[in-house]
Amino acid sequence: MNELIEILKEIHPDVDYATATNLVDGKILDSFDIISLVSEIADKFDVVVSAEHMIPENFNSAQAIWDLIQKLEDEE
Amino acid sequence: MHNHVLQGFKKTVEQFPDKAAFCGENSVLTFRELDRAIDSVGTFILRQGVKKSPVVVYMEKSPEEVAAFFGIIRAGCYYVPIDAEMPQVRIHLILENVCAPLLICDASTAEKATELGFSGKIVEYADIVSGKLSGQEDLIDEKALQEVFDASIDTDPLYVVFTSGSTGVPKGVVGCHRAVNDYIDQLSEVLGFSSETVFGNQTPLYLDACFKELFPTMRYGATTYFVPKTLFMQPLKLVQYLNAHEINTICWVVSALTIISTFGTFKTEVPKYLHTIAFGSEVFPIKQFKLWRQALPNATFTNLYGPTEGTGMCCYYRVDRTFEEGEAIPIGRPFENTDIILLDEEDHEVTKESGEQGEICIRGTSLTLGYMNNPEKTSESFTRNPLQTHWPEWIYRTGDIGRYNERGELMFVSRKDFQIKHMGHRIELGEIEVNAQMIEGITGAACIYDKEKGKIVLFYSGDKEEADMKVILKDSLPRYMVPNVTRKLDRIPLTSNGKTDRVSLSAMLK
Repeated sequence: MNELIEILKEIHPDVDYATATNLVDGKILDSFDIISLVSEIADKFDVVVSAEHMIPENFNSAQAIWDLIQKLEDEE
Repeated sequence: MHNHVLQGFKKTVEQFPDKAAFCGENSVLTFRELDRAIDSVGTFILRQGVKKSPVVVYMEKSPEEVAAFFGIIRAGCYYVPIDAEMPQVRIHLILENVCAPLLICDASTAEKATELGFSGKIVEYADIVSGKLSGQEDLIDEKALQEVFDASIDTDPLYVVFTSGSTGVPKGVVGCHRAVNDYIDQLSEVLGFSSETVFGNQTPLYLDACFKELFPTMRYGATTYFVPKTLFMQPLKLVQYLNAHEINTICWVVSALTIISTFGTFKTEVPKYLHTIAFGSEVFPIKQFKLWRQALPNATFTNLYGPTEGTGMCCYYRVDRTFEEGEAIPIGRPFENTDIILLDEEDHEVTKESGEQGEICIRGTSLTLGYMNNPEKTSESFTRNPLQTHWPEWIYRTGDIGRYNERGELMFVSRKDFQIKHMGHRIELGEIEVNAQMIEGITGAACIYDKEKGKIVLFYSGDKEEADMKVILKDSLPRYMVPNVTRKLDRIPLTSNGKTDRVSLSAMLK
């Protein structure tokens, strides 16, 4: 989780990722942020993110993103 | 013959009165509705006594915003689009530059508009077209509009769109009827637009990139959908959207296209109505390009190239062969009625056959009029043609370096200066540096583009933390210009003659 927060902080240092639950819906992360986030995640956690995972629900909070990574790691 | 951009529009309205012209997330305008809205806005402006002036449009991306643009043009004025997501500092610079007497906003921007310190009159779009300000019966003065139309000439300005400026101040490019009409003629022929065309627009309305959809839609009676921005992180939904609206033509930046291909979207869903795909502004990674061609073997793919100063695009290459990874897709050849010349450092012509490099310079009707209230920058890049000195003839020096390949196709090589393309946006690294240097406590700043990772890296010296720099810069720079990485150094390395040592900065990226 800490590794993920670090990646997220790189994108927007001023966001409190521990509490934010509207990262996408609140337009904190735009589509290009998500795309670079996903490529960092793929690199760091060695997971494959595919089209069906690319939905706002999976990116609205750090916890949701973390859950997605866990799920993808289990599928490997 | 009149060469006005709205010349054929009334005919389009007669032909397709109830067809949807522009479809946004929250509203749709048919051609009849659009026509009425344009004439209402035009009449309103005339009655304000505003003539041949810039009029600012500060609205959410919507069909109504398009009606405001064309209403301003109808009144013989020219529109200056500013975006709801632009930072205040940038909006101020633009307003200061154009000195407009009138600003049109909508409900979503009305409150912010009053906080801009705008010196002219502010009016809400809905109040103009609803007749709240004029009375319903008296919305349109056809006679007055016709008089303005008849008096217009095709070198009159249409718009001022702002692009990144290396000195920290954005530059306003002024475009005219003649150049836009010429551009739309050539582009429509190359891409085959007609009344059957259904566009899915991706690019913002505050730049000239959206002309590819706006003007052909008005001219041919096509339909444009404004694809919701949020779909560009949901590739599957994005393709479903294209299919639901039977969208057959897209002119997108490369990064928007690769969002679809990267995530294996085509395995689940293919945009089956698409037959015309144009792209540009960035290098298309061949691996991603191949996925697109595999998914849509019968579609045409066209690479477009051109700076805002040359009105939209000026060169094209219709992909006619396969490319291997590592190869670059050519920018091809100029549109008809446009000439490209390559000039070396001594202003001599670089011939096609030599295969040597030179600066890409544009000659012809497609040239814009220059930069708004900026004679210095205008004379730097809009210069006399050094190859023809007998009478004044203007060229635009793009700052792009190009060369012809062995097939005689124009290839993009690099930039002469520190302008980059990042996520489809044209950015002067100098503008970021100037904004960073203006921050209190910052003693030096230098920006590098990490091409491999596609990241803007800001090196700086001073007493601010790395994370704080990004946060502060968000207040003065558009989102796409905020550095992805900030790195604090004791001092910015300099070369022996006192310039920023970019070579050693680039080495630090490794």
